[in-house]
Amino acid sequence: MSDLSSTPSAITAQTRPGQIALRWLLFCFLGLFALFYLLPLFVMVTTSLKSLEEIRSGSLVSLPREVTFDAWRTAWSGACTGIQCEGLRPYFWNSVLLAVPAVLISTFLGAANGYIIAQWHFRGANLIFSAMLFGCFIPFQVVLLPMARMLGLMGLAGSIPGLIFAHVIYGIGFTTLFFRNFYVTIPSDLVKAAKVDGAGFFRIFWSIFLPLSLPIIVVTVIWQFTQIWNDFLFGVSFSQAGTQPVTVALNNIVNSTTGVKEYNVDMAAAIIAGLPTLLVYVVAGKYFIRGLTAGSVKG
Amino acid sequence: MRAWLERQIPKMVLAPSFVAILIFVYGFIGWTAWISLTRSKLLPKYDLHGLIQYKRLLAAPRWDTAMDNLLLFGALFICIAMALGLLLAILLDQRIRVEGVLRTIYLYPMALSMIVTGTAWKWIMNPGLGIEAMVRGWGFEGFRFNWVIDPDMAIYAVVIAAVWQASGFVMALFLAGLRSVDGEIIKAAQIDGIPGWRIYTAIILPSMAPIFLSAFIVLAHLAIKSFDLVVALTGGGPGYATDLPATYMYAMAFSRGDIGQAASSAMVMMGVVFAIVVPYLYSELRAKHV
Amino acid sequence: MRRSVFTAASTLALLTASVTSMAQAGPEAEVLHWWTSGGEAKSVAVLQQEFSANGGTWTDMPVAGGGGDAAMTALRARVLSGNAPTAVQLKGPAIQEWYEEGVLANISSVAEAEGWDKVLPASIAAHMKCEGQWCAAPVNVHRVDWLWANAEILQANDIAMPNSWEEFNAAADKLMAAGVIPLAHGGQAWQDATVFEVVALGLLGAEGFDKAFVDLDPEMLGSDKMVAVFDQMRKMRGYVDSNFPGRDWNLATSMVMNGEAAFQIMGDWAKGEFLAAGKVPGEDFLCASAPGAGFLYNVDSFAMFDVDGDDKQAGQELLAKLIVGQNFQKVFNLNKGSIPARVDVAMEEFDSCAHLSAAEMTTSSKEGSLLPSYAHGMAMRGAQSGAITDVVTAHFNSDMSSADAVEMLVTAVANSH
Repeated sequence: MSDLSSTPSAITAQTRPGQIALRWLLFCFLGLFALFYLLPLFVMVTTSLKSLEEIRSGSLVSLPREVTFDAWRTAWSGACTGIQCEGLRPYFWNSVLLAVPAVLISTFLGAANGYIIAQWHFRGANLIFSAMLFGCFIPFQVVLLPMARMLGLMGLAGSIPGLIFAHVIYGIGFTTLFFRNFYVTIPSDLVKAAKVDGAGFFRIFWSIFLPLSLPIIVVTVIWQFTQIWNDFLFGVSFSQAGTQPVTVALNNIVNSTTGVKEYNVDMAAAIIAGLPTLLVYVVAGKYFIRGLTAGSVKG
Repeated sequence: MRAWLERQIPKMVLAPSFVAILIFVYGFIGWTAWISLTRSKLLPKYDLHGLIQYKRLLAAPRWDTAMDNLLLFGALFICIAMALGLLLAILLDQRIRVEGVLRTIYLYPMALSMIVTGTAWKWIMNPGLGIEAMVRGWGFEGFRFNWVIDPDMAIYAVVIAAVWQASGFVMALFLAGLRSVDGEIIKAAQIDGIPGWRIYTAIILPSMAPIFLSAFIVLAHLAIKSFDLVVALTGGGPGYATDLPATYMYAMAFSRGDIGQAASSAMVMMGVVFAIVVPYLYSELRAKHV
Repeated sequence: MRRSVFTAASTLALLTASVTSMAQAGPEAEVLHWWTSGGEAKSVAVLQQEFSANGGTWTDMPVAGGGGDAAMTALRARVLSGNAPTAVQLKGPAIQEWYEEGVLANISSVAEAEGWDKVLPASIAAHMKCEGQWCAAPVNVHRVDWLWANAEILQANDIAMPNSWEEFNAAADKLMAAGVIPLAHGGQAWQDATVFEVVALGLLGAEGFDKAFVDLDPEMLGSDKMVAVFDQMRKMRGYVDSNFPGRDWNLATSMVMNGEAAFQIMGDWAKGEFLAAGKVPGEDFLCASAPGAGFLYNVDSFAMFDVDGDDKQAGQELLAKLIVGQNFQKVFNLNKGSIPARVDVAMEEFDSCAHLSAAEMTTSSKEGSLLPSYAHGMAMRGAQSGAITDVVTAHFNSDMSSADAVEMLVTAVANSH
């Protein structure tokens, strides 16, 4: 007996054997895909736990014969990123100082912009939206030099606020897109009713739209945090000694031109550098679900 | 008076972002256009010299390869990532207990920087170290998977790694969209006896048009920006078989001190992007004028 | 009572303040470089220690990757934003290029005081000067045209180090018949270019090389001799194993070390790999100059940028003095595998390959065959060398004919100005 629940999921098969077979097929597919996605991570983790001898002599996908965490220790506090051999630790805080404000500011701006474009129709709104969207396609290499000049003129060269500024500017296109697409699905009657009740622009945004926006805030935060945390180009060009983010340090560890390549340290360093983003994904994932099951939009 | 002010508030709030985009996107594009008409080498110079950089660009065989690769890679990457993302979203939507774990597994590639996941893929796809060696070790002597070292096939290897990285995020976008479809409409359709797959194609997918737009823009952005991936996986090689406009531009500007050339390649690339994206945006946003 | 305590305290405070402010007015330098791996970092640390010992403050700004690509990106952005670093690892014509943008400082006062003209070979000194003024300080001399070989394999197959490319081909054919990979190679653009220029030196001779890669003479670039160079490159392509694309240079060196391959054509930094693995020159591995009469050099150096502030300018002068100082030249090069740029450094602690290198540097300097490496950015500017490398790597990775390659070469160079 199939149940008439409101999600599309129960639409597939109507008969019991058919359902079981399809279910198995489903798991098969999902499992195979999971293997595909996990393969590089598996390689990275196992390599980071092997000693250099084993890496040279063993195969790529073999499990480590002897698990050592030396590479992890080195990557965190001992790898050479230049004259200092202090690993990734000193750079982590720079990345946090850079990423958190930039993500918060660009998400907030995107929400406000999306709200305006989706719900407050005025002449040229869509044109402005398209104009802002085009900003999503600029490769950073193109804007690197003029932005450097601008930051110099603004007195922000080599500083974390300068980096935050650059990332916010180039994040606005995306965050506006995500929020606008989300808010467009909210019926305009809601705003009309609120206006009748006497609520103004800011009140409607704060009390009505923002609470509804949890899923899209989560998606936006994931996207922005990933882009900003993992960015290398802006990080290396607009910082100086002391304000370099963790990606610059990672690059210095991994891409050294001469000398023995310590693959295990490289992999460990890459995973460490990626942990905050992974953490954001895991935590945000929970809220994603919570936001959805709370009956977000159509309620 | 008060009503007029009320009407202006949305525009005023939007204005700073819009002005910022005008300066930092369009202003900088204008700057790049200017530089593409100069003979700038190491640092920008502003004396105009006509179309010489474009002539040089068209005479460079490496640029032909880069543009061909962009179109090929871009088309494949966007289509496959969208299809895979949609497929995974539909599959995950089927009420599974381990959905959270699976979702994280599909999503995590985006979290890691390509600087090193690229190295992992390089090993995996290397004939002597990776999959080919492994499968041959299992006894299948004739198995070949040497795309990475084959100049004709290397770009497809890049597609695989790129799809791996981005499809999880697209899946998340689609999943959010699938879950926010109005349940009432589905119930009504089921009561009317419309078959399952038809409900998907006729009701659910069309209502997700804005999500397709977002997914397309995200993927197109990644395709254009693809730099770390190519550098880590193939270094632009073998030869320059996997060169893309982004890597060409970077090489010209920063490795070779030829900023004028880099600017002209950037202008051409943005022209191509403009030509593809603008019609799509127009058709999408047109439909919204309801 | 209180008044005298007060006076004493304030005098003390004043004294302390003036002492600390004096201490902070020492030479300082922010140094941009890409020596980030363990061995190199130790070598640069020597400089930093000497700098500190002389009262200086060193701020490290390392950016790894691509032989300096990422560092050059950062440099450009920094210069444009008005925040240039004090000293930058730059080499070859790039130094003069930056000078032309008007952003380099003049360190002739230090150079003259220390007598650099007397202790540096003429061609190397020329690279450090910008329109007659000294603007950079040389750190080392790398030799690019080395041939490395696994001693055991050569002995087992009764092969001697080849003196000409014909001998090399004969040896390679013999090795292939015996099931050994003749040439270990990593398929990255700069490695293809390295092999190319070493072959070119052998087949064009010193004068030909100079004409082609320093003067960029189109006749030389389009000549039959150049076709012969590409022919030899096609042969070399047959001597490498099929897995070479994308391989890092040090993995190719490992192939020679563990007996998979016999030869590698690589600069003297390969020696560092052999030594790190405990191999002994002359016993486990052999080093010889690759077939060809000449010496292709690659000189690392630090260029001084025009910065404000007495501290920074003092830092530059101190840095320049220390870099060409005897101690740093010796210690750095012992660690790095290259030889000192200064000709009067005591060489006892250096190994046999280094002695060979130093001796040949002197002779080739006298004979006029001490030539800048094109593949490593010493012979010409980035735009031109990049154009040539594009052709070389395209030819190596395809089945392009030598005649077509030469045509492409001439067009590419003409198109790169």
